[in-house]
Amino acid sequence: MYRIIEKEVFSESVIKLVIEAPEISRSRKPGHFVILRIDDKGERIPLTIAGADEKKGTINLIIQRVGVTSCKLTDLNAGDFIKDVAGPLGKATHIEKAGTVLCAGGGVGVAPLLPIVEGFKKAGNRIVTVIAARSKELIILEEQMRQNSDDVIIMTDDGSYGNKGLVTHGMEEVIKREKVDLSVVIGPAVMMKFATLLTKKYNIPTVASLNTIMVDGTGMCGACRCTVAGKTRFVCVDGPEFDGHLVDFDEMLQRLGAYKEKELEAYQEYLRNRS
Amino acid sequence: MNEIKDYLKEERNQPWRVELRKSIKSKDRIDRLRVHMPEADPTIRNKNFNEVNKGLDPEQAVFEAGRCLDCANPTCIDGCPVEINIPKFIKQIEAGDFNGAAATLKETNSLPAVCGRVCPQEKQCEATCFYSISLKKDPIAIGHLERFAADYERNSGNVSVPVVDKSNRIKIAIIGSGPAGLACAGDMAKLGYHVTVFEALHELGGVLKYGIPEFRLPNKIVDLEIDILKKMGVNFRKNFIIGKTLTFDNLREQGFKAFFVGSGAGNPTFMNIPGENYNNIFSSNEYLTRVNLMNAADIEYDTPVISGKNVAVIGGGNTAMDSVRTAKRLGADRAIIIYRRSMEEMPARVEEVKHALEEEIEFMNLHNPVEYFADEKGRVNKMRIQKMKLGEPDSSGRRRPIPIENSEFNIEIDTVILGVGVSPNPLIPGVMPDLKISKWGTIEVNPETMQSSVEDIFAGGDIVRGGATVILALGDGRLAAAGMHKYISEKVKVN
Repeated sequence: MYRIIEKEVFSESVIKLVIEAPEISRSRKPGHFVILRIDDKGERIPLTIAGADEKKGTINLIIQRVGVTSCKLTDLNAGDFIKDVAGPLGKATHIEKAGTVLCAGGGVGVAPLLPIVEGFKKAGNRIVTVIAARSKELIILEEQMRQNSDDVIIMTDDGSYGNKGLVTHGMEEVIKREKVDLSVVIGPAVMMKFATLLTKKYNIPTVASLNTIMVDGTGMCGACRCTVAGKTRFVCVDGPEFDGHLVDFDEMLQRLGAYKEKELEAYQEYLRNRS
Repeated sequence: MNEIKDYLKEERNQPWRVELRKSIKSKDRIDRLRVHMPEADPTIRNKNFNEVNKGLDPEQAVFEAGRCLDCANPTCIDGCPVEINIPKFIKQIEAGDFNGAAATLKETNSLPAVCGRVCPQEKQCEATCFYSISLKKDPIAIGHLERFAADYERNSGNVSVPVVDKSNRIKIAIIGSGPAGLACAGDMAKLGYHVTVFEALHELGGVLKYGIPEFRLPNKIVDLEIDILKKMGVNFRKNFIIGKTLTFDNLREQGFKAFFVGSGAGNPTFMNIPGENYNNIFSSNEYLTRVNLMNAADIEYDTPVISGKNVAVIGGGNTAMDSVRTAKRLGADRAIIIYRRSMEEMPARVEEVKHALEEEIEFMNLHNPVEYFADEKGRVNKMRIQKMKLGEPDSSGRRRPIPIENSEFNIEIDTVILGVGVSPNPLIPGVMPDLKISKWGTIEVNPETMQSSVEDIFAGGDIVRGGATVILALGDGRLAAAGMHKYISEKVKVN
């Protein structure tokens, strides 16, 4: 059992949980994820670690309410327990001194981006971060990003905060303005698809962190498989980060929809039971 | 070897055995027909997950045990990877000492209730039974009797907990709670070691839980075996991935003196043919894990599973049979095995194939998929298959399947499950660069001690064999325990 130490509500749909998991908090590195299961009847879901406090033995998870499990999870409060948390899983981000690193996060993808930004900053890079979301209340971790970046650009689809436009607009502005040596993009699959198309146009090496469907998260089931450079790879053990220019995002988008109907059905059932 | 032979002879000459042999004429024993395992009705059982085999009742078991001639040279034992004293436990059943029979089984096999259900007996002990090799008659139902004794003991409520030596306070770690790890843990606990089993998943039992379905091996049987280990003082830590949550070095710092890696062959094989990543194409591992480990078939549980109407399962092993029978139980109208060789080469247990046929599973043998097609949503809706013929035997001794040119045709399906094999879990080899790994990804060990190239790391089961059986994993676990004990006794200074 893993205790929730703290809960912070960023917005109606984005919530941060601080969870007691001492061993994971000590072993985790930027890019790692955990698999968790809320209770005996829960499903196993992957969540990228958004930070950790080694001294307190905690890890931070930032969750968007999109379906049954994410809603049940974010309905929990400080003091409640999560049945299973396993990790840290996946390969850690390859952090190096590259020069200028353009870090772009879309929506809740900003959360797993934060430790990567911190890592690249510590390695002596110049960091330009683009945070994007649909609207102002969905912009998260701005303060923490500012602390670890040389420059931060905020983009909202509706212009309610920062600049109006998509993440790619913000990224292109930076690329046109200065030499970018490396880019890291994390967000919804469709955002990563277009972000990597952009950086490909400018020949900027780009890392994308994929968030596919998983069951075990340890290389056993292949639910998370995706095509990278024409080869089938497992996101859980070969990733989650890949060369963004080689990922088949269309296939990934299709695979993410594998259980869409069942998920929707379950979500409506969940909402009915709540009301 | 001679010591074992002498021991068996001595046991066989015990007055009760001599008396029992004389009690029925050999001719009368031979005239008896092999017992038939009571089974659930195929038209009912293919809609639920209850166990198919009901088990023998005491009368049936005693009668079947009476067929055994208690041979002077018990060739059945040669067929058993862990050399169970088969005639002894069978004669104990004949004599009505069922708990004694269970105790005999446990001398060499820590999971008899499991092995009685899942061992390929027809290729092992029953293949080398005197009835099979000399009389050309149905062999003694050794597997059914093994299961009977283990179940009888369990249901009696008097499951014996093995005696554990006084604690030597030496910490050892077992990685993976599947059959290899459980066997090693049991033996090390008996020797007085402080044993901790680390399991990556949230449930204990490894492939016995996530892989083998409830209708073949109920989870509660596995749990009971694990409870016995707990009573022997074995500690279990779930959600713990060695090499990730903590490294080998972390554990060495915590005082662990040796490791047994039984991390299994959990890495599913894909065929790399066009369209394989379309939706509703799963590995058997994924499909079975969803249903067995995550209870996806139960509406009360959150994990979803696709219950297709026309399901093709690729492969001819036990995993393929488990998958196809699961698909049928989830409501498939057609559940089809597509296998590239013929019925004769099928690696699955004979009983599983028989059960599948009874449950209206279709078999398309000598066929192999070459491509998948999908609808506009990316869901598989058709597959192209090619006819095969058999050529000369290959390295596995089975006749090699050869594609027949221009024989391809399409069939309509909405779900595909790939049961075409697994390879060793790459996790441990990936985090231990010093570990010597074969080109197949298995950990290389000294076959006598199961010691790897890193002296405090031992390994066994599928991570060493690449995809074998429960009983071989158990044998490895026990061998490794002996090897580890010797290593620690000779090399490790205990503070």
